[in-house]
Amino acid sequence: MQQAGGPEPVIADTGLEPKRTDPLSFAVRAVASLQNAIVPMIAVYFATNDEPWAFAAALGIGALIAALSAGGAYLTWRRLTYTVGAEDIRVESGILSRAARSVPYERIQDVSLEQSLIPRFFGLVQVKFETGAGGGEDLALSFLSEEEGERLREVIKARKQGVTAADPRSAAAEAEPEADVLFAMDQKRLFTFGIFEFSLAVFAVLAGAAQYADTFIGIELWDADLWGEWLDGPTSWIADLGPMAQIISALAGLLTLIVVGSVTGLIKTYLRDWDFRLERSEKGFRRRRGLLTKTDVVMPIHRVQAIKLGTGFLRRWFGWYGLKFVSLAQDSGSASHDVAPFGKISELGPIAQVAGFAIESDAGTKWHRGSRKYRVDSAIIELLFLAIIAAGVAAGLFFSEAASPAWAFLILALGGLLFARQLFLWRFDYNAVDSRFLFVKQGWLAPKLDVASRVKLQSAEIAQGPISRRRGYATLKLGLAGGALQIEGLPKVRALELREAIMASIAQTDFSELAG
Amino acid sequence: MTDTEDGLTPLHPNHVKVTRIVAFLFALPFVIGAIVLEVVDVLPFGVFVVPVVLVAAFLVIRVPLRRYHARGFDMAGDRLRVVRGILFRSDTVVPFGRIQHIDVNQGPLQRAYNIATLTVHTAGTHNASVHLPGLANEDALAMRETIRAHIKRDTM
Repeated sequence: MQQAGGPEPVIADTGLEPKRTDPLSFAVRAVASLQNAIVPMIAVYFATNDEPWAFAAALGIGALIAALSAGGAYLTWRRLTYTVGAEDIRVESGILSRAARSVPYERIQDVSLEQSLIPRFFGLVQVKFETGAGGGEDLALSFLSEEEGERLREVIKARKQGVTAADPRSAAAEAEPEADVLFAMDQKRLFTFGIFEFSLAVFAVLAGAAQYADTFIGIELWDADLWGEWLDGPTSWIADLGPMAQIISALAGLLTLIVVGSVTGLIKTYLRDWDFRLERSEKGFRRRRGLLTKTDVVMPIHRVQAIKLGTGFLRRWFGWYGLKFVSLAQDSGSASHDVAPFGKISELGPIAQVAGFAIESDAGTKWHRGSRKYRVDSAIIELLFLAIIAAGVAAGLFFSEAASPAWAFLILALGGLLFARQLFLWRFDYNAVDSRFLFVKQGWLAPKLDVASRVKLQSAEIAQGPISRRRGYATLKLGLAGGALQIEGLPKVRALELREAIMASIAQTDFSELAG
Repeated sequence: MTDTEDGLTPLHPNHVKVTRIVAFLFALPFVIGAIVLEVVDVLPFGVFVVPVVLVAAFLVIRVPLRRYHARGFDMAGDRLRVVRGILFRSDTVVPFGRIQHIDVNQGPLQRAYNIATLTVHTAGTHNASVHLPGLANEDALAMRETIRAHIKRDTM
């Protein structure tokens, strides 16, 4: 094993030596670890509250924790080296036990640079190499200087394309930003987007906080007496107001809800999508965004497996849609990459085209609906499900005599609604296959469109349950790298036809030709 | 019962024997438990033993046979088709060109009966691995070679 003092070059012929991450990353870790010291400090301060030296003890504990984690951070930094080799990138790490990971360039799906707040102050980035392996088992280097991160990315892109330049530095130097901007969001767009991202998540957070207060402060929020006292007591001002005022206050409450929701949406959107830019560089798509945490993701064009076009039930009426790419790599936890979260169809079409996809089928393509029998069956199943619940509730009410069993009719009515809804929604589910793509359209108020390339699908399964076999329809489940695609309730004939069409186009293209 | 009759190859008959043994081993503790309950005489004779033995016999004798008949595969030209399921039928097609890697597995029981399970892996999230049990070992190995010859380069 290598000594920390003098790592040997792993790849001698290119003269590349293992490198360490930026020394400042040690500082970043130290600052970040200060957060960990806060809680113990407070705990010690309150535990020794009576003593005159309480404050000193708290500071001492804080300093001790900070020193320990700084020491750990230093050792970690010292013992982590990376080597950009001829065929792979290797990282060796570990203080006591050592781990070495090697990722071949061909297997790197995309390279992203991420900058959260603290590293940004130091001018550092985290470089992530996405391989598409499950469970987040990818390679990340935290932290490198911005220039080094940029250089590394260029080197990897060049290496992937087989440009095995003798000196990677030259490869980095010549690769230059003559990128076309495919999509960007200005302030006005971002603001509109934020308004549509209306979210009441903040109330969930407040409810959580209230629960917390409940446990620690002893105010029992769910205790009806407390609220009763508030309303009936000397401060029972709401009840004293007339009905008009009550309506006004209800409206004011609603308005508050709308304002809070919009502001939450705005903040969320501004944080995530500030300065959103999607570019087409010669290496693929490059997306940059973020206000506090900046991310910079590059995805090769041929890695795009399918595209998803979505919208919301409100924004749709204003013509706003969002476009996502499905690939094996993950985008900060979610399976698909946001490439244009908020744009007009006329803007999104060209982006899809650059990726080799289309959002509209060839002229003359026939769109098909699901099986009519499936329409009826699925609606009946929904109704039956609620009818059983209703029967259970009715029986419960009848025997316990807590309330009239007639209340169960409410549930049955809900079942009726769901029944009608299912019948109705069927009208909006379409599928089509044209010369190159498979289209799946779903939804009424917020329609979604999935477009998969026929040749990029991996497998096709026709699944049937006991009912669907008797009634002659089936679910077509398609294997898609990095995503899910299935069409329910297809007539059996149509499912077979689609599968045959897909298989025929796959047979013509070997997978290795796709990889490019 | 096969609504997908077209030219499927059935599995090796030994597959039935193996699944029966597995089912038997599964049912055995329940049968023993039922007999014990009979012996201690808490309820009238036959309340436990009769239904348990009937269900066990059904699971051991009838179900493996039906599942065997429901299963089938087809290796046509450039794709592998696997059909299975009694109640919930599934009919999967994997083109050779999309197979990432291939496994041939044998458990101890399968080895005793000289059969094997062929598993093909794809890059898709759904059907990431498709299993085909109950092949004669030589057939499984031959199929692996056929598929492998079709995969020119397993580039991702």
